Amino acid sequence: MSCLQTIQDYGLRSLGFGERLLPKTDFTLCEHFTLIGSGMIWNIYFGVMAMIIGFFLATALAVGKASANKWLRKPSEWFIFLFRGSPLFIQFFFAYFFFLSLKKPYPMFDAFTSAWLGALIVLFLNTSAYAGEIFYGALRSIPKGDIEAADAYGMTGWSRFRRIIWPTMLRLAWPAYTNEAIFVFQSTTLVFFSAFPAWQQRGDALYYASYFADKTFNPFVPYPILAFYFILLTLVIVWGFGRINKRLNRHLPEERKTKMRFRLNLAR
Amino acid sequence: MFSYCADPDTLGTFRWFSCYLTNGVHWSFYLSFLKVLALLAVTAPVALSFGFAGAMAARSHILPLSWLGKAYIAIVRGVPDIAFFLFFVIALDQGFEWLRHKVLCPDWTDPVRQGNDFIVCQAAKLPLGTSPEWVHETYGFFLAVVTFSIVFGAFAANVLFGGMRAVPRAQLETAEAYGMTRRQTFWRILVPQMWVYALPGLSNLWMVLIKATPLLFLLGIEDIVYWARELGGTKTSRFTDYPHGDWRMWYFLGLLIFYLGMTRVSELGLERLMRRLSHGQATSGGELLRKETTA
Repeated sequence: MSCLQTIQDYGLRSLGFGERLLPKTDFTLCEHFTLIGSGMIWNIYFGVMAMIIGFFLATALAVGKASANKWLRKPSEWFIFLFRGSPLFIQFFFAYFFFLSLKKPYPMFDAFTSAWLGALIVLFLNTSAYAGEIFYGALRSIPKGDIEAADAYGMTGWSRFRRIIWPTMLRLAWPAYTNEAIFVFQSTTLVFFSAFPAWQQRGDALYYASYFADKTFNPFVPYPILAFYFILLTLVIVWGFGRINKRLNRHLPEERKTKMRFRLNLAR
Repeated sequence: MFSYCADPDTLGTFRWFSCYLTNGVHWSFYLSFLKVLALLAVTAPVALSFGFAGAMAARSHILPLSWLGKAYIAIVRGVPDIAFFLFFVIALDQGFEWLRHKVLCPDWTDPVRQGNDFIVCQAAKLPLGTSPEWVHETYGFFLAVVTFSIVFGAFAANVLFGGMRAVPRAQLETAEAYGMTRRQTFWRILVPQMWVYALPGLSNLWMVLIKATPLLFLLGIEDIVYWARELGGTKTSRFTDYPHGDWRMWYFLGLLIFYLGMTRVSELGLERLMRRLSHGQATSGGELLRKETTA
C-alpha cells in the first residue's frame, strides 16, 4: 500500500472519516506519521478553542481580581486558586464524572460527557485561570504615569480601559501569555488519558502514539514522531505570538521594545 | 474497624459512613496518598541533583559536555511531559532488560526485537518472573521515580542555569581577584548565592511537580487516581457489604481538595523560605527586609 493511499485512508481518521479499522500489524513509518498527525487535529482544536474563549474570561478575571470591590475580587481570587491549585488531570476526571451524574436526570447533558465539549470546557476554565493570573500580574505593573496621563486627558471608565489599560496589560503580559499558550496545547494531550472516552478510537496525537507503542512494544518510533509534531506546533505558536507582540509594541522606540525571546522558562 | 460494623445494613447514616470509610480497601486508598507523598519526597531531591548536574554540564567549558547539558535542558520543552512519561517508562524498562540480557545471556543469538515483540532471555527479565508481588510493585515505583526525575531534572536544570547566570558578575570577578580558582569560585561564591535567584523558579517547579503526581496513574501505579476510580464505581450488594451508586465524582472532589490543600501549604512554606533566603542578599527582596528591620 502506497503512502498516498495511507494518507487518504487515515488522514482524517481522528474525525471518523476514511478507513474504520486501525492498522493491526506491519506498521509502516507512513502509518505512524499519518495517524499521529491526524490526531493532532484534536490537539489543535482543543488548544485553539480554549485559548480564544479563555482570553475573554481571563481578562474579566484579571480585572475582577484587581477590583476594589470585594464582591468582584473574592470570586475571581477563588476561581483562580481553584483551577491553578489543582491538577488538570484531576479536573478532567472530576468534570467527566460530574457531567455523567448530571446526564442521568437531565439527558440534555449528553454532549458534555463527550470530549469535544466536556474536555473543552475544562480546558477553557483552566487556561482562563492561568491567563487571568498572568493578566492580573501585568495589570499591577502598568506604569503609574500611563494611567495618570489618561486621567489628565479626562479619560474615565470604559474608554480609559479600552485605550490605555488593556493594551498596556496585553503588552506586558504577552511573553508569559505565549508560554501559557504552549502549555495549553501540551495539556490537550491529557484529554483522552483522563476519563473522556475516545469514541470509535477517534483520539488525539498521544492516543495514537501510545496505540502504536502498545502494539509494537517499541516506544522509540511513535513518541519521537509525536515530539516532532509538537515541536513544530510550538514553533508555530512562538512565531504567531511573536507577530502579535510586534504589533502590540509598535509604538515604542526601538531600544525599549521587549524582545520576545523564545523562553525556555517553565513559568506556570 | 468498629465493633458495630458486623452488619452494615442496619446502621444509621453516620455509623454506616464511619464503617464504610474505614474498611480494608479504604486503607489501601489512604496508603496510596502516602505513595504520592513518597514520590514527592524522593523525586524532588533526585530531580534537583539531576538539574544541578545538567546546569553544571551546560556551563562547562568542554564543548561536547555543554552541548549535552543544553540539549537536556531544551529537549523537555516543547514536548508534552506526559509523552515523556509514557515514553520513558517503556524505554527505561527495555533498556535495563537489554543491558541485563547482554551481560547475563552472552550466547543468545536471536535479535531482541522480533517483529512486534521484545524478547530477552528469562534470566534477564526485570523483575524476575519468580519474584514476589512487592518486588514488581517496587520496581514499578522505581521506574516512575526515575522517569519523574529525568523530566523534572531538565526543568530544574533550566531554572538553576538561569539562577547561576543571574549572580552578579562583580561577585565572581571579586573572587577571581582574590586568586580563587574556577572550581573554588563555583563552589564558594556562585553556588551559595544562586539559590535566591533560582528560588522563584524552583518553587514554581515544586508546584508543577505536585500537580504532576496524579500522572503516576498512567505509569501503572496503583495511586490515588486508581483507587478513586475503583472505590467510586457502582457497587452492588453481591460483591460488597457497602453497596452504593456511582460516587466517583465525590472521590475526585476529595482528591481535588487534597491537592488544593497541598498547594496552599506549599505556598505558605515557600513564602517563608523566600523570606529567609532573601536575608542579607543584594536583591530588592533583601533590601526590603533590611529596611523593615532598621526602620
